[in-house]
This record gives sequence, C-alpha cells and structure tokens, in this order.
Amino acid sequence: MTRHIVARTNDIPPGGNKVVSVDGRDIVVFHANGEFFALLNRCPHAGAPLDKAACVARLTSPEPGVYQRSRVGELLRCAWHGWEFDMRNGQSWFDPKRVKVRTYPVVIEDGETLAKGPYVAETFPVHIEDSYVIIET
Amino acid sequence: MATTRIDCDIHPAVGGTRTTLLPYLDDHWKEQVVSRAIDGLDLTSYPPHMPLSGRADWWPAKGKPGSDLAMLQRGAFDQLGASHAICNVLYGAQAVYDPYMAAAFCKAINDWIAAEWLASDSRLRASIVVPMQAPDLAIEEIERRAGDHRFVSVLVLAQGETLLGRRHYWPVYQAAERHKLPIAIHAGSQYRTAPSSIGWPSYRYEYYLAEAQAFQAQVLSLIYEGVFGKFPGLTVVLMESGVSWLPAFMWRANKTWRGVRVEVPWVDREPAAIMRDHIRFTTQPFDSPPDAAGVADIIDMIGSDKMFLFSSDYPHWQFDGDDAIPPHLPASLVSRMCADNPLETFPRLSLAA
Amino acid sequence: MSDVIDRPMLEQEATAKGRFRIIDCDIHPSLHARSDLNPFLAKRWQDHLKTYGDHLRTPYIGTTPYPRSSPLIARRDAWPPTGGPPGSDLAFMRQQHLDPFDVECGMLQVLDMFIFSQQNLEFGAAIQRAVNEWQLAHWTSREPRLKAAILVGQDDTPAAVAEIKRCAKIGQYVQINVSPRANEPLGRRRYWPIYALAEELDLPLGIHVGGYGGHAPTGGGWPSYYAEEHQSNAHSMAATLASLVIEGVPERFPRLKIVFIEGGFGWISSTMWRMDQHFERFRDEVPHLKRRPSEYVREHFWFTTQPIDEPDEARHLRSLIEWVGVDRLLFSSDYPHWDFDDPRFAFRTPLTEVERAKIFNGNARALYKL
Repeated sequence: MTRHIVARTNDIPPGGNKVVSVDGRDIVVFHANGEFFALLNRCPHAGAPLDKAACVARLTSPEPGVYQRSRVGELLRCAWHGWEFDMRNGQSWFDPKRVKVRTYPVVIEDGETLAKGPYVAETFPVHIEDSYVIIET
Repeated sequence: MATTRIDCDIHPAVGGTRTTLLPYLDDHWKEQVVSRAIDGLDLTSYPPHMPLSGRADWWPAKGKPGSDLAMLQRGAFDQLGASHAICNVLYGAQAVYDPYMAAAFCKAINDWIAAEWLASDSRLRASIVVPMQAPDLAIEEIERRAGDHRFVSVLVLAQGETLLGRRHYWPVYQAAERHKLPIAIHAGSQYRTAPSSIGWPSYRYEYYLAEAQAFQAQVLSLIYEGVFGKFPGLTVVLMESGVSWLPAFMWRANKTWRGVRVEVPWVDREPAAIMRDHIRFTTQPFDSPPDAAGVADIIDMIGSDKMFLFSSDYPHWQFDGDDAIPPHLPASLVSRMCADNPLETFPRLSLAA
Repeated sequence: MSDVIDRPMLEQEATAKGRFRIIDCDIHPSLHARSDLNPFLAKRWQDHLKTYGDHLRTPYIGTTPYPRSSPLIARRDAWPPTGGPPGSDLAFMRQQHLDPFDVECGMLQVLDMFIFSQQNLEFGAAIQRAVNEWQLAHWTSREPRLKAAILVGQDDTPAAVAEIKRCAKIGQYVQINVSPRANEPLGRRRYWPIYALAEELDLPLGIHVGGYGGHAPTGGGWPSYYAEEHQSNAHSMAATLASLVIEGVPERFPRLKIVFIEGGFGWISSTMWRMDQHFERFRDEVPHLKRRPSEYVREHFWFTTQPIDEPDEARHLRSLIEWVGVDRLLFSSDYPHWDFDDPRFAFRTPLTEVERAKIFNGNARALYKL
C-alpha cells in the first residue's frame, strides 16, 4: 500500500468534493457527515465523472408514499444516468455485488504525525497545524 | 381423460342487452333497457363483424361469433383441443358511464355466464366482469362471486379511465388477492381518452396495434405504483396483448428504474424481476418473429417459462387451422403453458371431469 | 450484467474499435435565455413572449408536467462553466462533446420553446421562424459541423408549409421536424401537405420524441411518475410508426424518408412483427396498402440509436440490431441530456467494422446527403 497525501481536510468543505490525480487515476474525495470517502472518479456504467454526481440521502420505503431517509448526503446519483452508489463502499444500489465503483481507504492524519514520515509528498507541503487526507492505493 | 390443455382466453358473445341480458336484470333495469332501448354495447374495439372478431369458420348461422354454445364447444374443445377454457366476456358493460348501470350490467353478464355457460359445460370457467369505474361496486361484484369457484379471475379492460396502478383501485386488488383471483387485463378500451398517446386512430388495425402499448403502460403503472409490493399474492394476466414486445420493454423499464428509482423507492427490485413474478401472458396473439431462431431468442430474452398461458382467443381470428400454439415454441414450454402455468396462475381452477 | 463495465476505463478506450469520425444525429442546443430570440421576433411577439408566453396543453408555466430526473433533463456535468443552461454554450459543447468524440456532423434538435405544441398559432408561427433563424445565426454559421433542422408546428399545417418553403430557399437545413405528440396521429391526412413538401424538397422528415399534443402519455390515462412517462416516449414512437405506415404515408409519398429521433430501437422489431401478423386480418380495412408494413419500415424509416437498450446479455443487443437491420440505425448521443449515450460504450456488443461505420457515420451521411 502506498500512502498519498491528496488534500488538507480544510480544502474539502462538508458536502463537497475534490478530484485528485493519483498514479494516473482520477480519484474523487468526498466529505460527508464528518468523514472522507475516496472513489475512482468514473462511473462503471459509462465513465461519467462522479464528482458531478448529486449527493443525496439513502432512500428506502416500506410502502408507497413513505420515504425513509438515512445517511443523508452519502449516496451518489451519477451525473449521467442517475445510478446510485454508496460513497462508503462504492456499491451500486441496484446490483451491489456486481456493480460497484472502486473505493480507496482514507486516513486522516494531522500534520505533526505526518511530519515524521513515511509518506509520498506529491505536491503537498505538510504543516503541523493542519490535518490531511491520505489515500491508500 | 384427455391431456390437460387449459385455454385461458375464449369469448362467449352477448347477443344484446335487451335479449341476452334482459332476464338477468332487475325490474328497474328491465324497464330502463326496454323503454329507452338501451342496447348495442359491443365495444368500439371489437366490431362484431370485422374479420378479427370472428374467424370465418367460427360464424354461427345466426348471431355473433361466440354466441352459440354448441359451436364454441366444438371449436375450442374438439377442434382446438382444449380440456378446459376460461370465458372472458367483452360486451361493454365495463365501459358504461353510469356506475350503477355498469354494475347492474356486469352482474347480469356474470349471472348469464354462470347460468347458461358454466352450468352447461363443466369444462368452462369464467372471469368476473366488474365495473372498475366504481371500485367499491367492483368489489361488491367480486364478493358476490367469490364463493363460486367456477369464476377464476377478474376481468378489466386494457384501457379504462385511469391507469390500473392508481391507488383508488387498490381495494379491488386487495379483494382479488384475498380470493386468489388474478386480475385479467384484456385488450379493449373504454375509449374515454384517446386509445393511444398520440391521439385517436383512424383504423381498427391501427387501434389494435396501439393496444400493445396500452398493456405496457398498465404494467408500468402497476409496478411503479407499488401494487405488487402491497399485494404480494396478486397476479396479473395480460390477455390478447401480444408477447414479443416484452423483452425490449423489460430492458427499458430496468434502465429507467436504475436511474430514476428515487421517485419510486418502494419499488425495491428491478421491474423485470417483478414482471417475472407477477405478470403472465396468454399466447394469442404472440406477434412472433418470422423464424424459429427469433422465437427462441424472444423466449430466452424473456427469461421465464412460467409467464406463458395457452390461449386460442376463440372466436377471434388470430391463426388459421387447428393449431392454436404459436409457431416454433419449444415442446417443454408448450407443455408448461398448457397445464402447469394456468394451474399456478389461476389457483381456483379445479379440474373435476 | 456484462463484464465490460468492470474493466478500467483505459482498457475500454483502447479496445473500442477505431477512433473514427462519428455523425451524431441528436444534439440539443439551448437558448441562453428566451430573450435570445428577440432579434428574430417582431416587437409584438417579444412582448408576448414576456407576458403571455407559452400556452400549452399542460398544467404549468415554468416546468414540464412531470418533474425530470435531473435539472433541465441534463447531465449534471454539462452546465457550462461560463453560465447558462446545458447546451447553451458552443465553446463548451465543442470542448465537452464535439471535439473529444471527433464529431464530424451533429444534427441539431431544438426542444426549447415548444414549437410543436403552442396553442396560439400565430405566436407559434413567429417563434418557429425565430428558432429556425437562431439555429443558423448562433450555431451552424459558427460551427460548420452542426446542421440545422426546419422546425414546424405541424398542427397549423399551412403555416408549417410556408415556413418550410421559406427555409428551403435558404438551403442550410438538412431535415424538417415535427412532433409525434401532435393533436392527431401524424399519419392523418391534415399533415400530408408537410410530407408532400418534404418529399418534393428531398428533405428527410425528422420526428423527435416529446411534444404536448393534449393526449395522455399513455392510452390508459395519465401516469403518476416520470419513470412511467419517460418510457412512454417509446410507446408514442411505436404508435406513430403504425399511424404513418397504416395511413399510407410511405405508400403515398414513396420518396419520403422519415427519421425517428430519441426513441431508441428496441421496440421496432416487435412492432413490425405485430403489424405484419395482423395485416392479413385487417387487410380489407386498408386496401391502400400495397405492401407488407415491415417493407415500408425497411425502406422509408431510420431510427437514431439513443437511448440504447441494455440487456444483461450482449448477444441480445446483437439480436435487436439484426432484427431492425444495421442499415436503419443512426448513432445519436442526445447530448446534453441525462440519458445520453456515450459513443465509446453505448454498444456493448461486438460490431464489425462495416457495421460500425454504417451506424456511426455512413447511414446518416447517405440519408442527410452530407
């Protein structure tokens, strides 16, 4: 596993995202409900950029007219055909076993810990007062 | 005993309101019908004399095709080889605007079928004709027939006032589910609004083609309104709908649902999966591809051999000769669709000899 | 689900056969704002546009009757960074769509302004002219890859005929467009003057899904959900095909070419089988038809491919293509709508190079005489 520093946590506001390039891949990092999630920035259906997806609630329903919402903002509706993916594990709604987006483990580290190494610096200067999003590939 | 072959769609014909149905009306409706000459309710969808409505060799000497019991028995049983048959009466009681008249005429049709057809031949069964324009009255009619197991399904037209999935119809489905009656949606229109999304067709031929799309819209309505979630025991049979349109229709429904699911989150699995569980088709007309490979492809694409129900659509002219089975169907499918599938689909069928 | 989707992007791009130039038969440009039409409108109609506006057979002023799956029916990444709705910015359209996919020609289909459905016929005539002029001024004169269509409100047939004649004299339009959801089925005689003129001018008749003719989206009534209404587009196209063939439009106008746009093609084969199966039963009702319905379809109709069907098995898509016939198909993307087909991935079944060349380029080139 290689650890890549891709952003300061302050760079990605809650409900927002940032696209970073790691090992030649575009990876999108989402910030939702206090956590960070990293996914390949490409829908497995036809390649749409997931950073433009709508971030919505997980929606279920026991019967017509009843709308149950949970994990608000953690489901992605793809920017093109609207397929739903779970930010947390990349699984599609309609076929979670066979259709999913590649996800990457995310770790948040503070600058002080990072300063001790080892890490792949990419283009990031590390300041001990900030905290950072680390993606593992 | 002959091989079981259940013909799920035949059409006894009502000669007229003032003739056939009169004995089965109460005094008020008898007087209305006679003094106001209320009659002629053959549906615009099925002019009795157009070729499709009656194959030439199935015309009795007098009256409409399907009006002569003996001739129907010879046709459906002797000639076409059915062991049992389900009667679906298409006379337009279902389309009457006055809900009480509609209910009275539907009741009369059901009384007539029971007295003059089902009582005369133990191989015959029937669908309950109901006035969907007044759902509570439709339920009354269902309850009235529920104890008579010769009635095996509930008949509705493919084009009514509103799409069948809508919630004001749900109590009807609840009653049907409770009594193990599938809903049989049969080709035919109340002609309340244009029978096609593009307007009013000029020709019956054009109208007949538009029926296929009406069935598709009804299936989508039932699925997306959540009818099968609410009534998991409900089965819906499409009668005289055509079959070969099903695969592309299933794929388009799945494709749409994957992207628009948030609109209907109570639909918890793909529409095609729901169709395979809850929707059934009678096999005439099939609208077959011209070759065996094409038919095999369509069957493969549909992905369920439980969906097919043998029918002749007697006396409608869907084929020539004595073989009502559409061409190129595999033998295993034929045997399922003639016996197993109808028995599973219509639980009230009982095969006393 | 085929394994294609799980392969990483780079491999898919490499294996997609040959980067060749495509002809995209369905692209939707948008107005930045309705006032963009003012240069092409008399003052009276500029004012009308601001005050009375659209008068359609729908409940709302500000939205389609059924709310869409995404804002303005568009891909969420298609909003131009400089502002304006998706499809309104030529530079962004080039950058996002025309250049990366090497689009050789793109057929414009303007949906703004509901030209086909305006109840106020004079207003409709004014805006159809304005939109037809706008296409040239804002799009095709600036971008030679894009091709304009003569859009006409079919229900005012005399005005439609006049507008077609006007545009035909200018000579920069590649087809004539009407809507399948008109007041009556398109096969009806009242529309025949448009077809006669299309045949005379040797311009294809384009029929794009949509429109508000005043009928429910289904023969059984009004659906509750967009999910139903969206699929009803395919139903309308099937009914329109039946109407045109059965009323005898191709019989009467043997040189007329008709293009169905954004209906997809999965429904076509079963519609042809149904038409043929019942032709004998109804033959005496339609003695004006001299040939089997499917023959008319194979000679007079073309179909753009989007939205492409997505069966679980690739070979089933192959069957659909063979049943319709490769010669009938015209690639379309529907850019910038949400259910857009990406030319690299839409066809999840092997096509020969000859087939690919026909569907993505050759059929459209021949049909539109490009």
